[in-house]
Amino acid sequence: MVYAVLGETLAERAGVINLSLDGLILLSAMAAFAAARASHLLVAGMATAMAVGAVAGLVVAVSSLTLRQNQVATGFVLTLLCQHLAYVVGNPIAHLPGPQVPHLAVPVLARWPGAGPVLFDQDPLVYLSFLLIGGVWWYMFKTQPGLVLRGIGERPEAAYARGVPVIRLRYLYAIAGGALVGLGGAAFSLDVKPGWSRPYGVEGTGWIALAIVIFGNWHPIRGAAGAYLFLLLQTLANTLQGLMPSVPTQVFPTLPFPLMILTLLLVTVGNSPAVARLLDRLPAPFRRRALHALRALETSPPAALGTPFEPE
Amino acid sequence: MRVELREISKSFGPVRANDGISLVVEGGTIHGILGENGAGKSTLMKILSGFLAPDRGQILVDGVPVRVASPADAVRLGIGMLHQDPLDFPTLTLLDNFLLGAPGRVAPDRRRARDQLMALAAEFGFTLNPDVLCGTLTVGERQQLEILRLLWLGVKVLILDEPTTAISPSQRARLFAALRAMARQGRVILFVSHKLEEVQELCDRVTVLRQGRVAGEVSMPCETRHLVHLMFGQPLPPSGRGRAPLGPPVLELVQVTATDGRLTLERVSLVLRAGEVVGLAGLEGSGQRVLLHACAGLLRPVRGRILVRGVDMTGQPYARFRRAGIAYVPAGRLEEGLIPGLTLVEHVALQDSRGSAFIDWRTARESATHRIAEFNIRGTPETLVEDLSGGNQQRALLALLPPHLSVLLLEHPTRGLDVESSEDVWRRLLERRSRGTAIVFSSSDLDELLERSDRILVFVGGRVASPLDARTASAEKLGELIGGTGL
Amino acid sequence: MTPGALASSRRPLRGIASGSLSVVLTLAFGAIVLRALGASPLEAYRLIFAGAFGTPERLSYVLTAWAPLLLCTAGLLMTFRGGLWNIGVEGQVVLGAIAATGLLRGLGHALPPALALGLAAAGAAAGGAAWGTLAGALRTHGHVNEIFGGLGLNFVASSLSVYLVLGPWARPGIASTSGTLPFPPALWLPTVRISAVNVPGEVLLGLAGVALVQVVLSGTPFGLQLKAVGRSARAAYLRGVPNTRVTLAAFAACGALAGLAGFVLLTSTYSRHQLFPLISGGYGFLGILVVLLANFSAPATLPISLFFALISAGSLQLPLVMQLDSSVGGLIESLLVLLVLLLGGLQARLDRRR
Repeated sequence: MVYAVLGETLAERAGVINLSLDGLILLSAMAAFAAARASHLLVAGMATAMAVGAVAGLVVAVSSLTLRQNQVATGFVLTLLCQHLAYVVGNPIAHLPGPQVPHLAVPVLARWPGAGPVLFDQDPLVYLSFLLIGGVWWYMFKTQPGLVLRGIGERPEAAYARGVPVIRLRYLYAIAGGALVGLGGAAFSLDVKPGWSRPYGVEGTGWIALAIVIFGNWHPIRGAAGAYLFLLLQTLANTLQGLMPSVPTQVFPTLPFPLMILTLLLVTVGNSPAVARLLDRLPAPFRRRALHALRALETSPPAALGTPFEPE
Repeated sequence: MRVELREISKSFGPVRANDGISLVVEGGTIHGILGENGAGKSTLMKILSGFLAPDRGQILVDGVPVRVASPADAVRLGIGMLHQDPLDFPTLTLLDNFLLGAPGRVAPDRRRARDQLMALAAEFGFTLNPDVLCGTLTVGERQQLEILRLLWLGVKVLILDEPTTAISPSQRARLFAALRAMARQGRVILFVSHKLEEVQELCDRVTVLRQGRVAGEVSMPCETRHLVHLMFGQPLPPSGRGRAPLGPPVLELVQVTATDGRLTLERVSLVLRAGEVVGLAGLEGSGQRVLLHACAGLLRPVRGRILVRGVDMTGQPYARFRRAGIAYVPAGRLEEGLIPGLTLVEHVALQDSRGSAFIDWRTARESATHRIAEFNIRGTPETLVEDLSGGNQQRALLALLPPHLSVLLLEHPTRGLDVESSEDVWRRLLERRSRGTAIVFSSSDLDELLERSDRILVFVGGRVASPLDARTASAEKLGELIGGTGL
Repeated sequence: MTPGALASSRRPLRGIASGSLSVVLTLAFGAIVLRALGASPLEAYRLIFAGAFGTPERLSYVLTAWAPLLLCTAGLLMTFRGGLWNIGVEGQVVLGAIAATGLLRGLGHALPPALALGLAAAGAAAGGAAWGTLAGALRTHGHVNEIFGGLGLNFVASSLSVYLVLGPWARPGIASTSGTLPFPPALWLPTVRISAVNVPGEVLLGLAGVALVQVVLSGTPFGLQLKAVGRSARAAYLRGVPNTRVTLAAFAACGALAGLAGFVLLTSTYSRHQLFPLISGGYGFLGILVVLLANFSAPATLPISLFFALISAGSLQLPLVMQLDSSVGGLIESLLVLLVLLLGGLQARLDRRR
């Protein structure tokens, strides 16, 4: 999940929306499993998944940057396509066992009381995701190319005027972002929910990932936090399940989804003028506090997100 | 250091923006490019800075022909352009803006860059805070940052495109001092403007463009009359203003304070009478738009009252204002005024068929045809509005207005239009005026303001000076007020 | 976000050429995939074809699948006109089905069948419209992008249906996800017999829906206002169009039609006549594909939706005979739309170069 959120954050920061996340996660998960099973190599599975993700990113990039088609349309069609493709190609390998990422506890730290087991008694993919969160953050905010990344999603004309090859970089980030999402898919089929079936159970996570990117204000750390929050909600739902057996089982897993929508509502509502008028009526100390809260929650997308860039 | 443009030509369809322009600029000088709006200055500079490719012609730097195919090439050659609205990143800090695009290592040394930024700023007398978001700065400050950045990158040729349009007089003084200092360092400075006084004050040599060609090149100091002659060919005969008797008040603003989120217009009072023409003057973004929006009912004033023919309409929805006979024509013809993707007849049908169950296309088409003929629009009812030329779009906007209006609010009605179209637009506006409509319009063309208005309101930073009588005002006085020195 | 017009070449011949190329490429890609799976592409395609046309009964079945697709497409034509991406259409279908189920369960015994069905249809439309308006309101008043708002509501609708099927409306005795108690034949939609084929009544409903939408879009002030809002919301507002009202109305209208699709899915001849999870069956999303492929033109959606219905119905045979997942049909459909999008963009780019 974290992989998907990070990957899409990168791409969207550059200005490209990849709506195909949901289908892409399915497809790359399937591909990872198939490849890993066929080659008995986990790495092959992960590499295949990343390749699949990269290709999807490439399709979105080509379609929107070079062919000037609507990114939402392409992404939407692509997500359906990937989903169908995943089911069709994955059919023969459904319900079969396959390789799984092994556990790898860090020797001393894993026995730390409290956070120890959670953080250090995991498998390599999880460790990688930790590193990646920090890595992406460092890249985006501490390096020159990261600065450029933030610029091209914000105001590509200005970047172009400074000699930045905007379109080339957008391609790069769309592809890289896609690859990361692919890795996320691999994480599912090789780690979290090994194997493949139809339906797989990961359906819908792609959409949530997109929402989390918004919720995270296009910031890697906040986005990762959003991802963890969502998973926390899911686990909560499952535990609640056990406490309330009268309610049918299928209801709870789907609960976190509308909750996510609600949180989106919370963060975007700060932008609406009606709320601004409402705030004006509050007494002063409340107003300030409310404003602060809203501003902290506030999200604003990279200004040039989804818009095509024309050098002339 | 020496930059030469040789026989530069560039056309956009039938319009020849640049026609065989040649000029030479020596290092260490400030060279002015002077001309009216539409003379071809921007196109020429865009070619030099790599945004456009010329159809014909050459650019030579120090005698060597170079290809400036993209802004990246220009950056490499040391050519930098300061745009009228600086191309920066509003959501990033000053320091980030400063750094973005600079060649160098992967992990920039921020502390060193910060120190260098502060040192440069001090050298030129600019006060800038590197940790503030760029979007919160004034245009003048953003310009200062951009200049410093270009200097830091080692720009050798600096092009400034109408830099003084939206900055205060003190910022302007600092800018000019900085430019002189940079010229002394041997750089080439190109100063593009349509303001005579500034060019006379700052430049060593001036190239005057008119209608895409070089009208002449002179050394400073030079007589104003000569420059005017070069710019215009011959002085335009002033069209008769005509006088219409003023009727009763149709629109009244009483101590209105309004804000659009960025600028607050403070306590404006105005009485507008039927048949009156009021011009709104001032630098872009000084509050004219806020006033127009408030009058149109698009903005709800924070304080004060708006009366339409004696009736208090403060806070009423936009639809009510429209029904009361107040119409607003925005400056962005395709962005706000007309709906791209719709044809003329669809625009007519859109407003005429409100309330009925079905659209009567026949009547709509007849009405559209009639209006096209009456307003001399080059197009058919089935023409998409985006396929019309600017002048025809403006005519279409006027044609779509209801026949009887109390107040007509126009934003930059003749922006981007040639002389003939502008004349036509004003003919129709004055015709409405003679039928009793009050007209309020904003413009950045001083001549237009002086010629057409009965009264002129000058906006400076959200405040309005008391109205000038246009008949007795002079261009210098108006210019001073706009620049903020005459108050 | 405005769905930018697919690069529609104003020369129909070009359109047909690129369309045919897309079909060829789609079939070719499909063949590659099928080969890789060890299946014979020709066999698969033939099966799909036979599955759709094989017998008159199969054809009726196709028509049954066509109806809800037509209704969803009709609704989506409206929202797309307004520049809106109504991803929530699936949820609106479910809500319509839920509303209809509720009404039929309550009134099915008390009233004559025709009246009960009529009320159920009205209720379905109302339910779908309400759900659609909710998604629209989230956008107009909450500034939540309609894509995510719609998605969230889809999930909520789905949860709701699951809850109802397993909870209050469960079959007596065994609560299973296969659905609620099926309705008696009296409450099924009638069919009209035309030559040898039983044309299900709902097809007429679907065609009427599309026709109605076309009339509204091209002949009423509302349709024109919707078009204006879709192209330039700001300019439309300045011209006096009541943007919010128009947008919400479009959502409501689409929701109503989608709700009717839900009703049809519940009561048509070949349906299971019961509420079950996933009753919306992807028809909503498929409708989006149809409208995209038809380049937002109502007449073009008719053959395209029929084509998709054929493929969907036909590919149901595949799992039984060839051990292939029935998503092959979906694969063909979505790939076709993607290729048309890409080729269209390519054509536009070549045009620009000229």
